[in-house]
Amino acid sequence: MREGRPRSFYLLALFFAAYVLFLYGPMFAIFVLSFQGPQGGLTFPMNGFSLHWFAKLFAGNGIVDIGAAFRRSMALGLVVMLITVTLSVSAGMAFRKKFKGSSILFYAAIASLIVPSIVTSLGIALEFRIIDDLFKRYIFSDWQTGMGLFTSGLGAHLTWTLPFGLLIMFAIFNRFDSRLEEAARDLGATPWQSFRFVVLPIILPSVIGIGLFGFTLSWDELARSSQAIGSVNTLPLELQGLTTTVTNPDIYALGTLTTGVSFVVIGLCLCIILLLQRRQAKFGSDAGKGV
Amino acid sequence: MAAGSPIELVALTKRYGTTLAVDAIDLKIAAGSYCCLLGPSGCGKTTTLRMIAGHEAASQGDILLGASNVTDLPPASRGTAMMFQSYALFPHLTVLDNVGFALKMRGVDKAERDAKARELLGLVDMANYVDRLPGQLSGGQQQRVALARALITEPQVLLLDEPLSALDPFLRIRMRAELKRLQRELGITFIHVTHGQDEAMALADMIVLMHDGKISQAGTPREVFNKPANEFVAKFIGGHNIVDRAGKKFAVRSDLMNLQTKKPAAKTDAILGTISEIEYQGTAFHITLAGKTGEDLIIQLAENKFDTTPLKVGTEVYAIWEPSLAHALG
Repeated sequence: MREGRPRSFYLLALFFAAYVLFLYGPMFAIFVLSFQGPQGGLTFPMNGFSLHWFAKLFAGNGIVDIGAAFRRSMALGLVVMLITVTLSVSAGMAFRKKFKGSSILFYAAIASLIVPSIVTSLGIALEFRIIDDLFKRYIFSDWQTGMGLFTSGLGAHLTWTLPFGLLIMFAIFNRFDSRLEEAARDLGATPWQSFRFVVLPIILPSVIGIGLFGFTLSWDELARSSQAIGSVNTLPLELQGLTTTVTNPDIYALGTLTTGVSFVVIGLCLCIILLLQRRQAKFGSDAGKGV
Repeated sequence: MAAGSPIELVALTKRYGTTLAVDAIDLKIAAGSYCCLLGPSGCGKTTTLRMIAGHEAASQGDILLGASNVTDLPPASRGTAMMFQSYALFPHLTVLDNVGFALKMRGVDKAERDAKARELLGLVDMANYVDRLPGQLSGGQQQRVALARALITEPQVLLLDEPLSALDPFLRIRMRAELKRLQRELGITFIHVTHGQDEAMALADMIVLMHDGKISQAGTPREVFNKPANEFVAKFIGGHNIVDRAGKKFAVRSDLMNLQTKKPAAKTDAILGTISEIEYQGTAFHITLAGKTGEDLIIQLAENKFDTTPLKVGTEVYAIWEPSLAHALG
């Protein structure tokens, strides 16, 4: 044996570099293209360099009605996030106890991950059509449709976010030391107090993770929305429509702006975490010492 | 602090399906005493402790604490408090909030519970660490905090589940002395589960040795060591040789046996064997003897005694003992 790296290192490094290129290359290309000059188009080469398309974006007269779609997607994402967190945490707690039919229920809940998204979406649309027909025939003769953002659209998104939320909760409670709950009980905590003051604060970072994950899944969901969303569009649907009709780089400016906002939010979160850690470290540590 | 209460277990039984973890045990533990539940893993000692604490439902039988039957009470209304194995401190709460947790659950306001928590932390020498998180403490410090947290409810009985097993050997001996001191000062009943016989001997007023869900023997450490009830007790507590005399088994302390090369006089009992191992242990030599009749003996020989009769592996010697020192096993 000699010092130095084996040949496999360079092969793997090359592979990794290719991976990173494919992962971030497209995003980087869009960043660059969003700074096209006023005469620039949707593709390279760059035709000058300007903030023209950002200005156009803020002027609000470039792209059709991105604002309304943005607000719709935001509202839907937030509702999906709330429901996903609430149901996943409750279900995660429930599944810690053994109950009859728990494995069947679990498989039923995650089976929707295997079904192609577009099929799920079509199925939901068909289901709503049947319901609409029944309503029209038996209840209100002037019934239009039950399909909409917060009915069929919400349902379609939840078929996607809930199984993920549940799986994450399983992973969390796998590592959770249930003696902490026993200790709480020993110290007189009611089941609710034990959840509120012990379980929830400990799993909170992961629960926030589920929330963000649920929001993200909903935010960029396309296939499941496509058939089940009803008469209005979410942002991804709107953008997909635009890619076929718009010929200006203001769509890239929009992409750069939203990504930038995401990075700022992530950066702020990291700063807060670092700050809290530093504050706690001030009190010193004897961890691992024999005292 | 509340004075200790006596505890009585009456035909206490725990079944898991068809397996019997604790088999109808009866036990009385005196108020204000230090009791060690001792035994190998799977003997039912931890299950017994958890039933006393109320974290495990009894299948049958009763648990009496003082004058009341607590079998059906929830953990917090029994007058017991438990210190969990590896402490189960709440990782997200500071030392002060961990200790004050029980009072917070009862709705005591912050100023009062902080003051009380500081008082308890002072008792275990942890008053300077109130703002730390459990992750910033050493094993010994965590144990002190866990003690303070359990004691804030002013329990009559403190239940300790293998409290010293997470510590390194040096610290274990120090914390052991501290547990004993605390028990003496508070005057409450301690029930301490352990699988280490040295720990039990050092701490206990009463040792309860369990085996297969039953109590093999309960008594003071000296009783258990000098008069083991049966072969299992003698082997588990250690320091004994089991010898067979006329079909009856006897336990003889290995430090009360002697070795000699010449055939012994008639009045002492003796076993002829070959030395198979000699270990120097500092205070004594541990000499393993393979007996001619099949039994293996270990004899502890003080250093000065060893020097008078130089022994080697392979030497044929007699292990001898006074018949009056042999304790008949049940």
